[in-house]
Amino acid sequence: MIYEPSFTAVVIFLIVCGVTLGISYYMGRQAKSSAGFFTAHGQIPWLVNGVAFAGDYLSAASFLGICGMIAFYGYDGFLYSIGYLAGWIVALFVVAEPMKRLGKFTFADALDAKFDSKGIKLAAGVSTLVVSVFYLIPQMVGAGVLVKPLLGLEHWVGVVMVGAVVIFIVVTAGMVSTTWVQFLKGALLVVFSTILTAMLLARGFEVKQGGVDGYEFRTLGPLPNGDLTTAIRSLPGGAALELVPHDREWEDRGLHHFSNTTTGEQTVWSTRTTPEGEIYLDEAQAVIESGNQKTVIAGGVGDDAPEGLRPVGTLSKLPNGETEKKPLGLLSFFSTLQESEVILWKSQKIQQSDGATATVYTQNPTPGSRVLRPGEHPRFQGIRSDRLVDKLNFLSLMLALFCGTASLPHILIRYYTVKDEAAARKSTIVGIATIGFFYILTLYMGLGAMTSGALDPTDSNMAAPLLARSMSELMFAIISAIAFTTVLGTVSGLILASAGAVSNDLVANLTGEELTDNERVRIAKIASVAVGVVAVALGILFKELNVSYLVGWAFSIAASANLPALIMLLFWRGTTAQGIIAGVLVGMLSSLGWILLSADTFAKVYGLPAEDALTPFSQPGIVTIPLGFATLIVVSILTADRNTNEAA
Amino acid sequence: MQHSFSRAGLALFAVYLVLYAGFVLLNAFWPERTEATPVAGLNVAILYGFGLMVAAIVLALIYGFVSRGGSDSTRTEDGEADR
Repeated sequence: MIYEPSFTAVVIFLIVCGVTLGISYYMGRQAKSSAGFFTAHGQIPWLVNGVAFAGDYLSAASFLGICGMIAFYGYDGFLYSIGYLAGWIVALFVVAEPMKRLGKFTFADALDAKFDSKGIKLAAGVSTLVVSVFYLIPQMVGAGVLVKPLLGLEHWVGVVMVGAVVIFIVVTAGMVSTTWVQFLKGALLVVFSTILTAMLLARGFEVKQGGVDGYEFRTLGPLPNGDLTTAIRSLPGGAALELVPHDREWEDRGLHHFSNTTTGEQTVWSTRTTPEGEIYLDEAQAVIESGNQKTVIAGGVGDDAPEGLRPVGTLSKLPNGETEKKPLGLLSFFSTLQESEVILWKSQKIQQSDGATATVYTQNPTPGSRVLRPGEHPRFQGIRSDRLVDKLNFLSLMLALFCGTASLPHILIRYYTVKDEAAARKSTIVGIATIGFFYILTLYMGLGAMTSGALDPTDSNMAAPLLARSMSELMFAIISAIAFTTVLGTVSGLILASAGAVSNDLVANLTGEELTDNERVRIAKIASVAVGVVAVALGILFKELNVSYLVGWAFSIAASANLPALIMLLFWRGTTAQGIIAGVLVGMLSSLGWILLSADTFAKVYGLPAEDALTPFSQPGIVTIPLGFATLIVVSILTADRNTNEAA
Repeated sequence: MQHSFSRAGLALFAVYLVLYAGFVLLNAFWPERTEATPVAGLNVAILYGFGLMVAAIVLALIYGFVSRGGSDSTRTEDGEADR
């Protein structure tokens, strides 16, 4: 059994949530005006703002998603870390200071600074809402994923809890409390990730046959030639094994289910053939689901048979035949792993003729050199293909990550919380240092989880908290609580960005009347509740979707809709209001449309065959970002004369 | 409207852009090259990946050092520079 809700975990979780809410309530008394609500009066110290950037940016996808992807596939998850950090370079060198100088409350303010156009505000306001809602879904899903193992609550309870707490934080004190929550979370995340990495290096590597529950997965063989049952029975310990009949597909995939006629123990096995042609059976695990009935086959009998799957993720070989290597240094961690062999677990689903679904989890001994190279995850396998179109998907994603960060509305509004351009610049530098340091740690934590013996083979999102559990129950409670505040911090920022857009960009322009300070804040608070409720609903609806996959969507839309407008406004004097409006709308709609028609969405959201998709690859950025630029330039040129005449 | 950019900022941005583009293209078109282990048993994928992260932090710190004191002689006021 991988999860048992623990008393320590609940207590620490409640303390962290209590402190967070306490800060909100305390700070809330200081922020009554709109300048206070939206931008914390521009009085946040740059150092605090820099760490808050990290707290805002390092979302559930960064922490849970990346660590999980590294733990299951190796280096590929780290490609996200690299792309997410690279985007900050655009933010620092290109966007930070002009953003602070031109805007007041929202990113639309900056775009509109030169033109005073309702159209720009409306287009930018809508794009802020779309990007923020797409970004909110994975955060809410992440919250549900966390509470289940931590507190033993259902997915929807977690989503509703986050929704309620965040609405409270935002409504009580807007940007002031949001900033301090993000600061606290950013600092805790980096400090405890560092501690976890240090513990990991001190513990070192050890060759093991099984996970932290002490169960050792067995290997049978080499098998003599001939009929399987006869061959098995000729092995030591194999006399009592009887093959349980299943669909032919089991056998075709080299999978076997045995029952021990003496003890009653149920086991599943996968076939492995060595380069020398010898055949072995490696112990596997399976879950067979039929209606409401769920049968777990994971070895052991009576009290030793687990209720759920057994924890996995071990090293099967170390260099020079060693069985243990500790402590490890920052570099020897990788050079040792490079020469080792890791057991990765892969799952395969079998739809049986009796209506049941069997999911079989098998051991895959993998050389360390393979988990430390790119191109093992299905999403990145295209780089090893000879077709250019497969490589384009990778290039497109890396481009969207690079361009997306500096276009995310919830990041951009943080530039209005400091007093001047120098503070905006300094806080970005602190942000880059904090975020960069954390992303370096993700590779250690992810690979550490891969070899911790604590992984849940069904849930990659839990890799980092489970790595902590393999250290101690206390670390597990702390890391899980921090992961939960990670969701709180990011969701607060997103809801505030959406509320700001609704109040300052949409309602203020649609009603055509100048809103008073109090009205703006009131509308923003109502919008916060509304966006929060929508986010909760979507978080429950999309609970099956992978967390990091959805964040990729938000980056692509942000980069396609917002970046062309930001960059051209700063670098090209020919930019017109109509050009900006067209660029934002075309970038947003084309990237959104591309995503909805892509193979990934067909397969994962609609449940349709991926081959029926209408786009040649799934990631839109490499097409829709240039399209956004091109639209802006063409429309600006076409409308330039009109603007000159009007001005004259 | 006033635009002011730091020339140093744009130069540092260009440096990082070249490094990042190199990394992405290397992975996309020559992924097998990232498996070589030239230094201390570390492969190119890890060396380059960590290199990019350290470069981001170092470039950011250089920028902070160069632009200390806010707007100064390293900046160009758009429109004025052309006069």
